[in-house]
Amino acid sequence: MTTFNALIVIALAYVLLLFAVAFLAERRAARGHANWLHSPLIYTLSLSIYCTAWTFYGAVGYAARSGLEFVTIYLGPTLVMVGWWWILRRLVRIGRAQRITSIADLISSRFGKSTQLGMMVTLISVIAGTPYIALQLQSVTLSFAVFAQAEGVFWQQTDFNRTAIWVTIGLAVFTVIFGTRNLDANERHHGIVMAIAVEAVVKLLALVAVGGFVVWGIAGGVPQMLDRIDATEIQLWEQDSGRWVGLIFLSAAAFLCLPRMFQVMVVENADEQHLHVASWAFPLYLLLMSLFVVPIAVIGLELLPAGSNPDLFVLTVPLDQGQGGLAVLSFLGGLSSATSMVIVATLALATMVSNNIFVPIWLRLQATQQATMSGDVRHVILLSRRISIAAILTFGFLYYRLSGGGTALAAIGLISFTGVVQILPAMIGGIFWRGATGVGAGLGLMTGLLIWMWTLFLPSFGVDAVISQSVMDSGPWGLHWLRPQALFGITGLDPLVHGIMWSMLLNAAMFLCGSLFSFPGPLERLQGAQFVNVFDHSTAAPSWTNASTGAEDLLIMAQRIMGSAEAQAIFEQEAQRQGKVGYLPEVTLEFIERLERELSGSVGAATAHAMVGQLIGGSSVSVEDLIAVADEAAQILEYSNRLEAKSKEQERTARALRDANEKLTALSIQKDAFLSQISHELRTPMTSIRSFSEILREGGTNGEEQGRYAGIIHDEAVRLTRLLDDLLDLAVLENGQVELHEQTGTLADLLDRSIRAAGLHDGVLEIVRQSSDEGILITADLDRLAQVFINLISNARKYCDAKAPQLTIRVGQAKGRHVVDFIDNGSGIAAEHQSLIFEKFSRLSDEAKAGGAGLGLAISREVMHRLGGDIAYLPEASGAAFRVTLPDTTAAAVLAET
Amino acid sequence: MSRTPKTSVFLQRASYRQRRLRDAARLVPCLGLILWMLPLAWPVASASQEDAVRSAGLMYIFGVWLLLILLSAGLSRWMRVIPHDPPPETRKQP
Repeated sequence: MTTFNALIVIALAYVLLLFAVAFLAERRAARGHANWLHSPLIYTLSLSIYCTAWTFYGAVGYAARSGLEFVTIYLGPTLVMVGWWWILRRLVRIGRAQRITSIADLISSRFGKSTQLGMMVTLISVIAGTPYIALQLQSVTLSFAVFAQAEGVFWQQTDFNRTAIWVTIGLAVFTVIFGTRNLDANERHHGIVMAIAVEAVVKLLALVAVGGFVVWGIAGGVPQMLDRIDATEIQLWEQDSGRWVGLIFLSAAAFLCLPRMFQVMVVENADEQHLHVASWAFPLYLLLMSLFVVPIAVIGLELLPAGSNPDLFVLTVPLDQGQGGLAVLSFLGGLSSATSMVIVATLALATMVSNNIFVPIWLRLQATQQATMSGDVRHVILLSRRISIAAILTFGFLYYRLSGGGTALAAIGLISFTGVVQILPAMIGGIFWRGATGVGAGLGLMTGLLIWMWTLFLPSFGVDAVISQSVMDSGPWGLHWLRPQALFGITGLDPLVHGIMWSMLLNAAMFLCGSLFSFPGPLERLQGAQFVNVFDHSTAAPSWTNASTGAEDLLIMAQRIMGSAEAQAIFEQEAQRQGKVGYLPEVTLEFIERLERELSGSVGAATAHAMVGQLIGGSSVSVEDLIAVADEAAQILEYSNRLEAKSKEQERTARALRDANEKLTALSIQKDAFLSQISHELRTPMTSIRSFSEILREGGTNGEEQGRYAGIIHDEAVRLTRLLDDLLDLAVLENGQVELHEQTGTLADLLDRSIRAAGLHDGVLEIVRQSSDEGILITADLDRLAQVFINLISNARKYCDAKAPQLTIRVGQAKGRHVVDFIDNGSGIAAEHQSLIFEKFSRLSDEAKAGGAGLGLAISREVMHRLGGDIAYLPEASGAAFRVTLPDTTAAAVLAET
Repeated sequence: MSRTPKTSVFLQRASYRQRRLRDAARLVPCLGLILWMLPLAWPVASASQEDAVRSAGLMYIFGVWLLLILLSAGLSRWMRVIPHDPPPETRKQP
């Protein structure tokens, strides 16, 4: 029989062993031999802190009381682990990308690095976590008491308390030593992880050993064991379906939300690939942990006297069977479960309290001094973390003392789970839904916390402890629908399921409504995108602008938080990356972001953001800024589009203007030429008229000479008159003052008349006609039309440069109108001149032989327009070709009326 | 946010297999949930004790458990054997 003192020695030796393991692991890690510490096996084993002393001892008791229901506590986490591709992978990636230090940090960081949300989550975690720590203390003291009892010593309350104090102190020392060695929570706690891995093995071994002993040692084999299970008084399946579903959900959610689980699963995760192994290895661990629970419970109930505490069967069955060694192993398993859980839970809670409550408050107090606060911030933060560890353990101890360590405490396990699960909606919403906002999360957390406290936590202290029996029965102030275990008048639910259901439903509802109806802040939206799209881009949001701070200030601050060596290393690295010599890099936005991330690994996202913000002067970029910039860009884009359109239009206009200008310039030149021409044309006849008239006046000429001179004077006067007639005619035509005299005749007659009038009697130009086509009757001002024809025929006579000039007059139809084409066999008109020929004063050559002033075609065009027809140059013909489109008779008639 | 990564419609055979494995990995917890919800149909213990759930029920629960573990282990093993499709460009932290 093991004596009690020997047990204490063994326990102390075991604790020393753990210290040594942790110490060695730290040292190896410090020397860079940490590779094997980063194995998936260690990761899987560290997850086993899920199995606390409450599950180590309590599962058997649970099975003895409620049959298979105990297994729900393991089924939930199994589902989460095998479904790691859904949630865990995302959480781990986010944790690494954002350098998350705790679940409070996750929520705070996701919702705009909000300090308030961080505090809220911390508060919930502490309230829900403290009783759980007390529960572990209870199980350790109880297990000591079992051995004392085996020796015939019945413990008094003072013995329990003394043991609890010593256990608490030991745990505090261990956690402080290995949990606050370094500040960066992201630089894993190798010592602690290694120690809990060892403890995981010990507790598994212990339970499997006891189970093996029970199955093969007592029952005599698996079939016999199954027979005994069939014959047992335990009701394996007696719970209502609500509890079964509710508890599986609860344990799955708590597995994700428990601060200690988050710590080992996300924060201490060294490699995402470890999830591959943990996804099946951890469920296997859970399976083994629960495999022998029912057999131990069955055998315990059979062997031990009625009234024995089934929670301690794991210890008492081996003791009863005289297996002292096995009992000690079992004791160490229980001790391992309790201590590893308390250490990690305390560490996680302390990090949260320190980063989300202490430091922000301290920073606010320091705000007046800005970042020039004296002293090493590192020490302040480490100290706050150590104080937090001590405080949380003290709370746990006090809770244990005040609750009396009775059965009320045993019930707290699931209630504590329900408390932390209130974080679930904010967490899941935060990582999957970009629309989740801080307001929604805050409302949800608040609602969940209140309902949880009202329906589960406060009643858990026992009747009349906090909530009186009358309130339980008829609600506060007589409000029947507010009864803690029958909210909204729905009775008949299991109190736990009732609490889970209402707290989760209303929590999620408030979260959703709050999110839908609020508008997130700028940083919050950036962070939301970062979290939800973590697999698309794993870098932090750009959040700082106008970085005017000196690198030196930043270095000083970073040194205070990270320690000088680390900070200088980061700064030097950055300086090198920027290609600068020395320690101080250029303060770029990129660098500030990186520094903030590094700092957040030490003090949490919210605090790091606040600290950098103090230095930068709060010039955090806002989404409004971004939107404004984007708007500006969009406006500029639109403006430039408009400009482009405008400039295209202007280009077109400019091109038209340029064309017009060219035309004008050409015309102006023509006009100048015309003026000189017309002055010449006018002057020449005038000169001859004057000279000859002077000769006649002086007399002394014979009659024959007189006749000749008078003839010359007359001819010149006729030329002048013709010129002036042309000018006058054009002016009249252009002003629309022309009078049209409508007649009807055949085209053939008209052409005959025109050819005669054109003066082709010299026989220079040969006319080719097709008389058969010319029998068309036309009704128009035939004199004017003849004028046009005459003009065209005489032009051909004047300008056709062929050796044997020939003019073809062809009558045809185009677009339903009669047309007359005048085509000569000369070289035609060059393309560049074709647009000018119809202009006034235009003459393609300044040869005087034309004898006209270049008004003929202009007049012809005016005439044709007046008549309702047209005249155009036919560019495709071989020589110069003009097409006269004859007026539509109806059109001409209409024109005549006007 | 219009930066949509270029994805091809058709994947290499290995990448396709990899994706379907991920789908399977996502389905495993659903299967577990369904199988573990079946006990809700079991008869609730009554005074008669005639049709009470006994060790068979215990073995069913643990059998499902083992099945999930084996499925999960197999899937994660296959996922490692089959080559991954090239990961979407992730910028290394500066």
